[in-house]
This record gives sequence, C-alpha cells and structure tokens, in this order.
Amino acid sequence: MSKKVFEVASVVAQEQLQPGIFDLRLKTEAAQYAVPGQFLNLYPKNETKRLPRPISICGIDKENNELRLVYRVTKEGSGTQEFSSYQPGEEIKILGPLGNGFPLDEFAGKKVIVMGGGIGIPPMLGIASALKGNCVAVMGYRDKNAFLTEDFQQVGAQLILTSDDGSIGVRGNVIDGAKEHQLKADVIFACGPTPMLRGIKTYAKEENMECYISLEERMACGIGACLGCVCQSKDVDNHSKVHNKRVCKDGPVFLAEEVDL
Amino acid sequence: MASLKVNFAGVEFQNPITTASGTFGSGMEYSEFVDLNKLGAVTTKGVADHPWPGNPTPRVAEVKGGMLNAIGLQNPGIDTFIERDLPFLQKFDTKVIVNVCGHSEDEYLNVVRRLAKDDVKDMVNLLEINISCPNVKEGGISFGTNPKGVEEITKAIKKEAVQPVVMKLSPNVTSITEIAKAAEAGGADGVSLINTITGMKIDIERQSFVLANKTGGMSGPGVHPVAVRMVYEVANAVSIPIIGMGGVETAEDAIEMMLAGATMVSVGTANFYNPYATTEVVDGLEAYLNRKNINDVKNIIGAVR
Ligand SMILES: Cc1cc2nc3c(=O)[nH]c(=O)nc-3n(C[C@H](O)[C@H](O)[C@H](O)COP(=O)(O)OP(=O)(O)OC[C@H]3O[C@@H](n4cnc5c(N)ncnc54)[C@H](O)[C@@H]3O)c2cc1C
Ligand SMILES: Cc1cc2nc3c(=O)[nH]c(=O)nc-3n(C[C@H](O)[C@H](O)[C@H](O)COP(=O)(O)O)c2cc1C
Ligand code: FES
Repeated sequence: MSKKVFEVASVVAQEQLQPGIFDLRLKTEAAQYAVPGQFLNLYPKNETKRLPRPISICGIDKENNELRLVYRVTKEGSGTQEFSSYQPGEEIKILGPLGNGFPLDEFAGKKVIVMGGGIGIPPMLGIASALKGNCVAVMGYRDKNAFLTEDFQQVGAQLILTSDDGSIGVRGNVIDGAKEHQLKADVIFACGPTPMLRGIKTYAKEENMECYISLEERMACGIGACLGCVCQSKDVDNHSKVHNKRVCKDGPVFLAEEVDL
Repeated sequence: MASLKVNFAGVEFQNPITTASGTFGSGMEYSEFVDLNKLGAVTTKGVADHPWPGNPTPRVAEVKGGMLNAIGLQNPGIDTFIERDLPFLQKFDTKVIVNVCGHSEDEYLNVVRRLAKDDVKDMVNLLEINISCPNVKEGGISFGTNPKGVEEITKAIKKEAVQPVVMKLSPNVTSITEIAKAAEAGGADGVSLINTITGMKIDIERQSFVLANKTGGMSGPGVHPVAVRMVYEVANAVSIPIIGMGGVETAEDAIEMMLAGATMVSVGTANFYNPYATTEVVDGLEAYLNRKNINDVKNIIGAVR
C-alpha cells in the first residue's frame, strides 16, 4: 500500500488540448508515491462542492515532484470547470495517490495491449509510458478532436486510433480497432466508459487474453471508509464479506473476471 | 490548560470528540492520516448480525451544503467486525463506540448479545443503536419514528446490553423530543442526534434520480443549524446525555453543539473533504477554552439556555 498525502498542491502549468479537455500539471508530494493507474482526488474551492473529483494520473515525474492529469470539463458551473480556470501558481487541495494501479510488474516482458476510450485515454498514457512503449495502444475517440496521440508516439507505443464517426483511424470503437489489426497479446489493460469495458471483457475472453479494467464510481471519502463507491464482485469479497468491492481502495483497477459490469 | 475530559453515561472520555458512524469505517483507513489516540472515541460503521450488501450505486451525491448518501448499511457482519476491526481499535488509546443496526428486534439483539460476551465486552465502551437510518426498507428508521416502538426496542436492548446504550435518533419526525423521551423512558443511557435528513436529487439532463435508491440522507454543513436546534430541544426535554452531530466541520461547530447541550460531538461528512477534521476539531476546542479562560470543557455543555 502506497503512502497518501492530503495537501495543497500548486498548478505548474495548464493547457487546453481540445475543446473541454485540459492538461494539468501539479507540483505535489503525491508524485513520490504514485504508480500508473492510480488517481488523485481534487477538491474544488467552491464550498457548495465538497465532494472530491477523482482524476486519473496520466503522467508521473518524480524528479520534479509533478503529476500530470488530463480531464474533461463536464458542464457549466462544475468543479472541473473551476479547475480549468486555474493558472500556474494556483493552489488546489488534493488527496492521493489513491487506489491500486495496473499490475505492470506481473506482465513484464509480456505482450500488452492498452485500450482507452474518451476520457479513459489519459491513464493509459501513463501505462504506455511505464511500459516504455512496449505495447500496442488502441485509443478510441468520438471524432477527429483527438488528444495525447503525439504523447503515445513519443513514448514509443504502436498507436492505433479509432473514432465513432470514422473521421480518424478505424471507424468504430477500440474493439473494432483491435479486430481490424488482428491484435494478439497476453493481456489487455483498459479504461473507458462501462459499455466499452463490457465489450473488452468479452473480447478478451474470446481471444484468451487476460484483462484488467479501470472502473469509475461516485466517491465521497476516496480511501475505502464510506462504502460509497462499490462495484459488484463475482465472488464474496474478503473485506466486505458481500459481493461488493470498493472502487477507490480495492480498485479502480480490477481483473475483468472479478467484477460484474 | 483546560481539561477536555467528559463523562458520558459513566464512561470517561479523554475529550468529547468522536467520529460519526459510517463516515470513518472502523478507523483503519483514516488512521493513515489521523492519530486515533487523539480522539475521544471512534464510533464505528453500523454493524449487523450478518453481512449486508447495501444498496445499488450511485450511493452518494453532492448537494449544496453537503451530500446525500444511500449506502444502505453495507457491513461485513459482527463476526468479521469482532475478528478484524475490534482488535485493530484496541491498539489505540481511545474509546470505542459500536454502532448497531438490524432489520428486526432480534437482529439488533443478536449483535448486542454478542458484544456482551466475555471475549469482547471490554473492548466496547458504548453501544449506539441506529434506529434512524433512512436508507433501508425494514428496520432502521421504521423503529425510530414512533415513540412506542422506540421505548420498546430500547427496553429490549437494555435488558441484554452490558455497555451503556445510546439510541441514535432520526430528524425525520414531527417531534424529536417525543422520541428522545421515549428512549429515556425505555432506559437509554444517552441519545445521539441527528442521523441524516431524507433528501432527493434529480439529474435534470437525464431526467432521473441521481441516487439509485431515489432518496438519500442529507449530511454536511447544510444540516448543522437543524442539528443544533434539535440538540437544544432534546437537551431541554431529557436528563440523559447527548452525542451531537450533523454538519460539524470545525471546532466552532462542535462548540455550538456543546453549548446547545451535547456532552460529546461527532464529526462525519467533514472527514470526506478534510481527513484531519476530527483532530483539528479537538485542537480548536482546546484553543477556544484556553482563549476564554474556561478550565473545564464540561462548563460549556448546555451553557446556552
Ligand atoms: C477512478 C476515477 C478516475 C477518473 N479519471 C478521470 C480522468 O482522468 N479524467 C477525467 O476527465 N475524468 C475522470 N474521472 C471522472 C471524473 O471524476 C468526473 O468527470 C468528475 O468528478 C466530474 O466532476 P464535475 O465537477 O465536472 O461534475 P459535477 O457534476 O459537478 O460533479 C458532482 C459530483 O459527482 C461526481 N461525479 C460526476 N461524474 C462522475 C464520474 N464520471 N465518476 C465519478 N464521479 C463523478 C463528482 O466527483 C462530484 O462529486 C474519473 C473518475 C474516477 C472514479
Ligand atoms: C456515508 C455515510 C454513511 C453513514 N452511515 C451510518 C451508519 O452506518 N449508521 C449510522 O447510525 N449513521 C450513519 N450515517 C449518519 C452519520 O453518522 C451522521 O449521523 C450524519 O451524517 C450527520 O453528521 P454529519 O453531517 O457530520 O455527517 C452515515 C452518514 C454518511 C454520510
Ligand atoms: S469513496 Fe469511500 S469507500 Fe470509496
């Protein structure tokens, strides 16, 4: 279990990648303990918004004590919109790093496919980077407004793009992309909307690949105490003694076979 | 230096601050941040006689002034609680308040009887009986909304319990003082209030409920004035001590609760946005007493009449 910090981090830089998609770099002690696939809870200053915004870690720079987060502004007046207005030097309360991360060591030297859909793409860049580009990255966008594609190429990953409207890469979703390129691997690491993860779970099973997926759920504490964020587990969970696992603590990354989506 | 010690139903606490049930687990997760030795007590998540799965998700929603929750009392059951959580808490110099839930009188009594057995009875300092959870269909709140029922279940629990019994009251009633009096008549050693206030949030884009359970209990700063008022009313209506809670996030909020009549104060939802909230409240309370030249925290309990 990695150490967690609750502190005031400061904004190092922020950039808009595409309409509504922001790339935020924070100076935070949490960088020292972070592993790919974990997330941070960010707290808006607006006091009517007291619950945390969980955002995945997209990049870790231990040397400079920085974490990179890429997030989508969900709507007018939201906490994420508040974050998007922050300039360098702005302070922001954070808790983290939280959750477990992907089991990268277990698959060292194995063939890996990383799949990301929409705002599930940023954490997969962290994975591709930790794998030093030794993976095929299948990234699914809605349309031609893609983001982070250069970053995936920079870390050396073989990049396959898909888009719902066919404007870039393979038309369809990431599974269509994987099928089109007849990808084979030992394991799939994936993050994205639940319907996509459901599809990937089935696909991995058909293709006899192991599969790890990162889930989302509404959170309050972020550390496993409130039981707000549970998902359904196939077996009785050892901590809860029921068919529930905590996304914030036991996850967000689960063996796909372990959870019911 | 002011004394922070309080006596609640015959039990000595090093200070009046505890955690609100369900917001702090059994202390394990928060112990990464908080020195549990600094708390008056840890109040644990509601525990039943067998594991409960709780409600479907989404279980939590943000609202102005706090949050709604409909966890539905998910808990691993008393056996796991005794094997895992109670021994963990014994490592700290703090008292333990065990919050108990059930679907029926028998289920409450099964937990109370188990905690009365020799192997564990000394590990538990108080029982807090949740007869006020708005998120479960049977049990919970249905016990806590009519005075007759409250008196009966209190009596039944008092017969079996070896620890002092605190009945946790719901604000979702016409008269909380009637319920408090019923608990007192049933032999309760104290009452705690408030549990959450039933609320609802609707997603206007999806035109549906945010919580899978449709309704959820509201907690957080927005409920604090309601809680202070209810603590004040109950303090005037009964002579048993009160654990006050509802929206306490700072020492000032806790002091208000005590001035209104609470002997102890729980910090709940605030933990979610400040993991250090509990110990900051303890420190702030001490600073207040010193600043006001009050040498004993007991002097502020119910001081505003
Ligand atoms: C483990 C995890 C990792 C995530 N990583 C990213 C990421 O890297 N980039 C990104 O853009 N988004 C990510 N999300 C989703 C992100 O947390 C939500 O989009 C964000 O919380 C919405 O906040 P808001 O202020 O815009 O919306 P509001 O509607 O104001 O939020 C209200 C409340 O609902 C919660 N909420 C709303 N949508 C979600 C959601 N989808 N998941 C969880 N809670 C939600 C908020 O946290 C807040 O408490 C992640 C979610 C989880 C659980
Ligand atoms: C997520 C959550 C879970 C809760 N679980 C319980 C519980 O198991 N038993 C109980 O008696 N009260 C439970 N409560 C109610 C709190 O103990 C407390 O009475 C209420 O939240 C008001 O205090 P607050 O505003 O400081 O949170 C829960 C509250 C929250 C927010
Ligand atoms: S958010 Fe509290 S248990 Fe996960």
